[in-house]
Amino acid sequence: MERRDFLKGLTAVGCSAAAHPLLTTVTLAQGTGLGENRLIVVILRGGMDGLDVVQPLGDPDFAALRPAHIPSQIGLTGPFALHPGLGGLQGLWQAGQLGFVHATSTPYRDKRSHFDGQTLLESGTGMDVAIGAQRDGWLNRMLQAVPGLRAETAYAVGREALPLLAGPGPSRNWTPEVNLVLSAQSHLLLDHIYHDDDLFRDAGAEAMTLSAELSGREARKADARGAEKGPFGPGDDRPWPDVDTLVDFAAGRLRAATRIAAFSLSGWDTHRGQNNAIGRPLSRLQRIILRMQAQLGAEVWGRTTLLAMTEFGRTARQNGSGGTDHGTGGLMVMAGGALRGGHVFGPWPGLSEAALYDRRDLMPTSDVRAWAAWAMRGLYGLEVATLEGAVFPGLEMGPNPGLIL
Amino acid sequence: MIDKATLAAIRFGYGPPRAAMGGPADMLAALAGPDEMAARHPTFGFTDALPVLAQAADARKMLRQNPDDRKTYQAAVRAAAAMSESATRARFARALDAPDAFRERLTGFWADHFTTKARNAPERPLPGTLVHDAVRPHLTGRFEDMLIAATLHPAMLSYLDQVASVGPGSPFGQRRNRGLNENLAREVIELHSLGVGAGYGQADVRQMALLLTGLDATAREGFLFRPERAEPGAETVLGKTYDGDGVEPIKAVLRDLARHPATAAHIARKLATHFVADSPDPALVAAMTAAYRDSGGALDVVYGAMLNHPAAWEPVLHKARQPVDFLLAALRALGMTGDEMRKMARGPFLRMLLRPMALMGQDWEKPNGPDGWPESQEAWITPQGLGARIAWAMEVPGRLVTPMPDPPGFVQTALGSAADERLIWAAARAESIREGVGLVLASPAFNRR
Repeated sequence: MERRDFLKGLTAVGCSAAAHPLLTTVTLAQGTGLGENRLIVVILRGGMDGLDVVQPLGDPDFAALRPAHIPSQIGLTGPFALHPGLGGLQGLWQAGQLGFVHATSTPYRDKRSHFDGQTLLESGTGMDVAIGAQRDGWLNRMLQAVPGLRAETAYAVGREALPLLAGPGPSRNWTPEVNLVLSAQSHLLLDHIYHDDDLFRDAGAEAMTLSAELSGREARKADARGAEKGPFGPGDDRPWPDVDTLVDFAAGRLRAATRIAAFSLSGWDTHRGQNNAIGRPLSRLQRIILRMQAQLGAEVWGRTTLLAMTEFGRTARQNGSGGTDHGTGGLMVMAGGALRGGHVFGPWPGLSEAALYDRRDLMPTSDVRAWAAWAMRGLYGLEVATLEGAVFPGLEMGPNPGLIL
Repeated sequence: MIDKATLAAIRFGYGPPRAAMGGPADMLAALAGPDEMAARHPTFGFTDALPVLAQAADARKMLRQNPDDRKTYQAAVRAAAAMSESATRARFARALDAPDAFRERLTGFWADHFTTKARNAPERPLPGTLVHDAVRPHLTGRFEDMLIAATLHPAMLSYLDQVASVGPGSPFGQRRNRGLNENLAREVIELHSLGVGAGYGQADVRQMALLLTGLDATAREGFLFRPERAEPGAETVLGKTYDGDGVEPIKAVLRDLARHPATAAHIARKLATHFVADSPDPALVAAMTAAYRDSGGALDVVYGAMLNHPAAWEPVLHKARQPVDFLLAALRALGMTGDEMRKMARGPFLRMLLRPMALMGQDWEKPNGPDGWPESQEAWITPQGLGARIAWAMEVPGRLVTPMPDPPGFVQTALGSAADERLIWAAARAESIREGVGLVLASPAFNRR
């Protein structure tokens, strides 16, 4: 097949993935009201195939659904095995610092649009609210519920806005690559011309404050750390500046007064040749987790929980091109020293034709928001009423799964 | 108070410098006239790119057979990059030289509507070829023609995985046990025509995917229809049945999608959101939707409905310029010509334009997904995005032009009657010419439209 040569180059990623999957944003918040525990939220854009990441090899129907699938040799618990792309995390699993929730999803159903799915995931609302009508994100509403946070002690890093942390609660955005050096006079004159335009006044003030706070010394320090060889996991022997710079930056903040960080990682839209295509985003996710652990140090890692969630899972069956199409039930990945890991949480619905959602997708058996809510309750002691009323309006959290030690 | 000609240049072009846009009638007449910029600064179509793409595909194959010899592959990748970069420069050059820049802004809008992305270095020229082949020729024609040209374009067939989709009941599918890939079918309906809010379901997506089977493209032959991969039998999309062989039923469904009332509303809203306001006046959208429906999707008529509606001329700038438009407007204000853009050395082009653009949030031809770039001002005027604009405005113009313009005069050149009192006051008080020019380019007035 001559045309395969042309196609090979076009196979790697599907419709929502970046050409080089980007770690788009780090969002950070800090403040005394949150105590000592750290929460890191990673939004996995594109729809991660949970059935390939935590493989239900012991389920009698799995093999028939995925004839081209290469089964992993890394057993977890029960019917599940871990994709070798996360093989470097086995130590964390054995230490109880890695866990998963299978067959979980947001309340989003049926249209299977990346963009609506991600909007819902970040706004944290149910299908009773029009998609896009909720302007703030659930992590921001959590910050609004915690007293004692100050605007100048919370911020975010990255090239792209992250709706997850957008809203009136105190948080900030920055990317370590923008180096803004202004004379005092230019600073004053910019303040003057931005005075009457709210959007420019707020963004400009934040840009100028942050670039002053973070200038020079800090940026060089981050570069120096990035050049070191870290514990990257099997096969990851080269520096990945885009991942490392942002992880190191976030870790530096989290070691200090910051308590909450959020990233997004794309590249999960594996419509074609999934056996190859999913390797790259998985190794990035593994790198994020291992490097974060290393850069935080044992004490801070021991107080950290990382939650990685996606807008939807993918079809239970492989499609006609060795990939999977947009589905429903998905997987949440959890890591950290504060986590009660070593478990695959969530009721397993099975994969028989009748057990599938719409006869095609993994049936969701839990609401991904409930797990996030219990994690926040465990980490920060937020009231159930606050979580069900303000952070995730209309959510029923159900019984406590005991995610946090 | 902003006068109408200045407003036209800012909202529908790249700002007042060297603009001759006049009012709606002049803009529509210019659109109806010859495409002078395409002749002056030519770009490439898929056919032009075929030799480079084929060479890159060969080199890739050789690299797999002999991984130690990277030279041929690297040379092919460099050729592909050079071709893609020259198309980008030509697009930028048109924006710098066009007196009626509305055509260039429309090209940007539709290129984004039909977003494609190269997935690796050898295929870098592909997205530009779709703009050349499918967008520019149909800019003022009927939407259905653009939709058909874009959907059948090799860049789209590759990017949204249609080349990997096979009818499960087709001879090839049966023999090789291959089947569907839903990606293109879903996005054609969700993003390119009806819009996600419209009344369609998973069954329509599935039927559309079956209907699209047979479409293919390769680096040697370009577009192909392969009957042995097409699902046999008829498909039903949105209640209508499509039967027959070859590309015709596919063109028929695309035509019907283009003529669907939901598509009229989706396209009208998207245009109004891009050009006029993040939350456009419903009356404006309604007028454009009606124009689309009544004309059968004649885009020049839809543009006319927008330009002739009072809501399009509210003299308040509600939107933020996207980074690419910010940079082009700045270069125009600084006096750079299209020929200078095309002659710029590669290092400075990347260092002073494309990399800063990425820091502003817009990595050229690499949006996150097939939905393209965001529209809302909040997505662009973030602390890091605005910080990158300020940094560029303060540092780069002085390295691009000598002598630098005098700041008080530059306010007038760049903004005309859109300059506000605070900016005029501040530009005269900067400590240096460099900083004065930077203030003007970093100002809200210059970053809005």
